[in-house]
Amino acid sequence: MAVLARASSNDIAACLETVSPLVEPVVLRGPEQGLVMVRGRIGGGGGAFNLGEMSVTRCTVRAGAQVGHATVIGRDAALALLAARVDAALQDPGQHEALQTAVIAPLAAHQAAAKAAEAAHAAATRVEFFTLQTMRT
Amino acid sequence: MAYVAVKGGERAIDNAHAWLAATRRGDPAVTDLGIDQIREQLGRAVDRVMAEGSLYDPELAALAIKQAQGDLIEAAFLLRAYRTTLPRFAHSEPVDTAAMAIHRRISAVFKDLPGGQVLGPTYDYTHRLLDFGLESGDVPPPPAEAPVDGGPMQRVNDFLKHEGLIEADGPAHETPGDLTREPLSFPASRDVRLQALARGDEGFLLAMGYSTQRGYGGSHPFAGEIRMGTVKIEIEPAELGFAIDIGDVVLTECQMVNQFKGSRTTPPQFTRGYGLTFGHGERKAMAMALVDRAMRAEELGEDVTAPAQNVEFVVYHSDNIEGTGFVEHLQLPHYVDFQSELETIRRMRAEAGVSQ
Amino acid sequence: MSIDLPGFADPVLGAQACFRAVLTAMSRPGLIQRTGLDLTPPSPLAPATAAVLLTLVDAETTLLLAPSLAASAEWIEFHCGARQGDAAADFVVTDSLPDLAALESGNDECPERSTTVILQLAALGQGTAYTLAGPGLAAPTRFLAEGLPADFLARWGANHRLYPRGIDLILCAGTDLAALPRSVAASEG
Repeated sequence: MAVLARASSNDIAACLETVSPLVEPVVLRGPEQGLVMVRGRIGGGGGAFNLGEMSVTRCTVRAGAQVGHATVIGRDAALALLAARVDAALQDPGQHEALQTAVIAPLAAHQAAAKAAEAAHAAATRVEFFTLQTMRT
Repeated sequence: MAYVAVKGGERAIDNAHAWLAATRRGDPAVTDLGIDQIREQLGRAVDRVMAEGSLYDPELAALAIKQAQGDLIEAAFLLRAYRTTLPRFAHSEPVDTAAMAIHRRISAVFKDLPGGQVLGPTYDYTHRLLDFGLESGDVPPPPAEAPVDGGPMQRVNDFLKHEGLIEADGPAHETPGDLTREPLSFPASRDVRLQALARGDEGFLLAMGYSTQRGYGGSHPFAGEIRMGTVKIEIEPAELGFAIDIGDVVLTECQMVNQFKGSRTTPPQFTRGYGLTFGHGERKAMAMALVDRAMRAEELGEDVTAPAQNVEFVVYHSDNIEGTGFVEHLQLPHYVDFQSELETIRRMRAEAGVSQ
Repeated sequence: MSIDLPGFADPVLGAQACFRAVLTAMSRPGLIQRTGLDLTPPSPLAPATAAVLLTLVDAETTLLLAPSLAASAEWIEFHCGARQGDAAADFVVTDSLPDLAALESGNDECPERSTTVILQLAALGQGTAYTLAGPGLAAPTRFLAEGLPADFLARWGANHRLYPRGIDLILCAGTDLAALPRSVAASEG
């Protein structure tokens, strides 16, 4: 879910083209838009406090014997629906391996690369202090 | 206060709104501003609107900025209004800022801290000279990259914690108050105060924080650490019964470290003020941390003398949506109120023998 | 699995229509409204009960579900997201009148903080006759319900006397809905 939630519906759909089509789902709930109250901790590690809300979209589908759930940040109903369908299909032992290889792994690699690029940009702005030699001997 | 219904302005209002829409669009010969352009190129405005609108959604914040012609308080108001139309599905697990994917992390108290000083995309060290290259649409070079050493970025306060030189985080209670659900009451606990500050007006918090530095409730602050980057959001849907990761948000956190001379029960140690805000907002996070610390005066046995230490004053006046509503409502018809005041003044003048 | 049974086809319009029905029922005690016509909730939940739950209950309310209705717990949790509560819960859902005195009746400062009981009955508009009188009724009105206990009038009287505190009752049977707000007095019909 972490990988699907960070992907775009177009990217997921593109990956799905290489595997057998997903079963037509029965939508049990949604896709519906709502809010999640984001919490922080006082001082970073103390008691919880409410920081503010964020938009999310959730969806639940049944596909064959599996029920798939998805909650994604933002208002992309197509993404929530597709993520729920893939979540359902991933629970089917017959499809799990193929989907893991064709969908999850490439999306995860793509996301990891984007994250690594950001980390590399941050690393390039790390200050390297040079200690000045004092005049005292 | 009394209001009277005033009828008959409907056509004028419709026409005013139509003119507003045309004014917002500006010269039709100029390209229409895209929501994606605002989101991508006015990111700091988007972040501020998300923080003060108390709704993390860059797309909607960008739309609100366009609709409000860049009036950021009006834009935050639009987000606040919009969020009331949506059901709240869940609350997140408290975010773990120690595990933040760092874009910026600096400390003004330790030079050589593990993980180092990471400047990130900062305006610090710019010369505040207008960049006329932006006028001609110069394309910036791609940002530099360097190898990542990968170690976790330990919090600055964790270094001091071991010697007991800095106060600990306090107990981790899990059900915070929520001022969007329960009316404010005083004394307000620190969780509710932080929620109010997180959605408070940046300008107000800046002025309050600044006042503490200038001696109105001063507490000798040091920017212990400022970090900005992405953290993951986890929720635990009822139907699953376990936490799932639903994506990342950008947050800015500030740990302000302050001197404390100690009390009868507590030895001298550093105390802390805390700031956390949606998006990239150091000024907001720092001001919030200063004001958070100032509002702890009573808890820490300090004299409450300055505005920033007065919890009720700060919390009641930090919200720019409430503030703008109350100030701007003065534009609405007060014809009857004013008539009665006029009569009162006339009577008082007559009683005082002032000649007409 | 019971979550396969859908909620409102259109959550917004469905909830708005049912809210209107509950509002009318509360303002006109005993007047029967219809709701949940397109719902097929899991047994033993009646369509009207399900509609009221989908409308009033969400992740921010607490709900105490009677053990006799436990078979629909999964559906309610999935579609309403309600948290389990105790006798001080915002809503109690049951098919037999609970001890009203044991529930949260609010306080004089905040009488609205009382528990609302959603009571599923065998039928409305038939059965035992009661006479209702109070705000919302121009004149005492006859009200028929099947499934209220024999000592209902005494128990309701005790609740009614707490006014402005007290429990409000939403009665559901099939696709019928009626309400007895705390402000209404009931006597033998």
